[in-house]
Amino acid sequence: MLDAAQEPPARAAPTPAGKPVRRLPVQKDWPTWAIIAAQIGILVGILGAWEIAATTGIISAFFWSQPSAIWKTLIIFFTEGDAWTDISFTFRSTIFGFLIGTTAGSLLGLSFWWSRNYAAVVQPYIICFESIPKLALAPLIILVFGLGLTSKVAIATALTLVVSTLTTFAGVKALDPDGEKLFYSLGATRWQVFRKLVVPFCLPWVISVLRVNIGLALTGAIVGEFIASQHGLGRQILYAGQTYDIALVWVAVLVLSTLAIIMYATVSWLETVLRKGTRQ
Amino acid sequence: MPVKVHLDHIGMAFTTPGGVFRAVAPLNLSIDSGRFVSLVGPSGCGKSTLFNIIAGLLAPTEGRVLIDGEDATGTIGRVGYMLQKDLLLPWRTVLDNVILGMEIQGKPLKEARERALPLLQKYGLAGFEYLYPNSLSGGMRQRAALLRTLLFDTDVILLDEPFGALDAQTKLQMQEWLMQLWSDFKKTVVFVTHDVEEAIYLSDEIHVMGTRPGRILETIPIAIPRPRVRKSSLSPEFIAIKERCLNLLTTPALEEAA
Repeated sequence: MLDAAQEPPARAAPTPAGKPVRRLPVQKDWPTWAIIAAQIGILVGILGAWEIAATTGIISAFFWSQPSAIWKTLIIFFTEGDAWTDISFTFRSTIFGFLIGTTAGSLLGLSFWWSRNYAAVVQPYIICFESIPKLALAPLIILVFGLGLTSKVAIATALTLVVSTLTTFAGVKALDPDGEKLFYSLGATRWQVFRKLVVPFCLPWVISVLRVNIGLALTGAIVGEFIASQHGLGRQILYAGQTYDIALVWVAVLVLSTLAIIMYATVSWLETVLRKGTRQ
Repeated sequence: MPVKVHLDHIGMAFTTPGGVFRAVAPLNLSIDSGRFVSLVGPSGCGKSTLFNIIAGLLAPTEGRVLIDGEDATGTIGRVGYMLQKDLLLPWRTVLDNVILGMEIQGKPLKEARERALPLLQKYGLAGFEYLYPNSLSGGMRQRAALLRTLLFDTDVILLDEPFGALDAQTKLQMQEWLMQLWSDFKKTVVFVTHDVEEAIYLSDEIHVMGTRPGRILETIPIAIPRPRVRKSSLSPEFIAIKERCLNLLTTPALEEAA
């Protein structure tokens, strides 16, 4: 270091028309602990400010509630209420809707490979169904399927089905015709081409919608519970809001977010595992 | 030698909005059993169309394809066909890609793998058997694709510019490799290429093709004795054939330009 300091300063290269010498901007990375500390700091700051503001009356504790009250409600929610019934209800609606919608949608998308004519006939209907805001149909679905779990699963299915169908169909359309040629030159039947070429080829498309669909399925389940339900976190939020129990609203939202994060993380992990299997 | 493949008055015309487009003029072509035959021609001379017709993937508008004297027009699975792209399935290992033909024909997987493994090892894919195609070089991918075609166990194989995308060095290696395969397996090979030198070096016979419509301009037998060595390409005989081919290939273009 000393040597470098003693060296005469390198003369700046002459720049055209007296332009200043510019260097690539360099950003220094913080250590991981600093990033985490900053993240925790922000959270603590927000909660602290909220608590102080509510206690001193800067914001209305009645409308906004406050972290200490929310914490107390959270403990009551898990110790005295039927929290697990609600969580399980929302969880089941989401997972069933997700599974049915994704599976049926992917199969529908794959089915378009079998016949160009069939695909051409059905496609406008799929596009129409996609453009309908499915949630607008939710009250109708509740009427048809009742107040129980089935109607929530149906709404979640409606939301996920079309996304899977269209994405998988995009995969079918991306199929290289030469790949089919190869299979047929080897004397393959259509069923063999489907099983050994079309399905594995489209798998990355099927997988790519999993994360989107888990979010959509959860939205569907919650909206279903908003409209009419006996159980579920969505019903809990609506009920708490109507009775001005704002702390309970926050608790339910918190629990719901945790549930969403867990499901999202699981699906992301599943996606990584499946993607490795497809080698694409 | 008996005739293996006979194209009897094969022609292909496509109806386009602008009228009828003739891709292939009715032509006759006989390929003897066990021969290495090349089709050389500019793009658009109908080489690929002919291949698709022979493989049964495209119905000709006229004429018949005879294989072993039997009408095989429009029937698939009669010949091995290697397309320009290697089309290896990325989700299968090299071994499982190579056995695709046998698998489709209903051979038990275990048996197919047992048969393929020693061949992969013998023909330069040792150590690659259980890798996925994305970790292979261009030359290795072509080897795998060619072995897949060979292991389909048909007497005739069609190779559509298999080495077109390879660098010059790899191409030379692959030509030697193909020669070894051909003498080991004793298949009838129909080979499409742009490269006149490659065609002369490999073939027993060259069919030079012309465009608009696709047709055979001339058939040139290559009598250079085998096994051939690289030096053969400097012999007067080789150069004379090359000159003849190049003349055939360039003349029509000049006529059109005039």
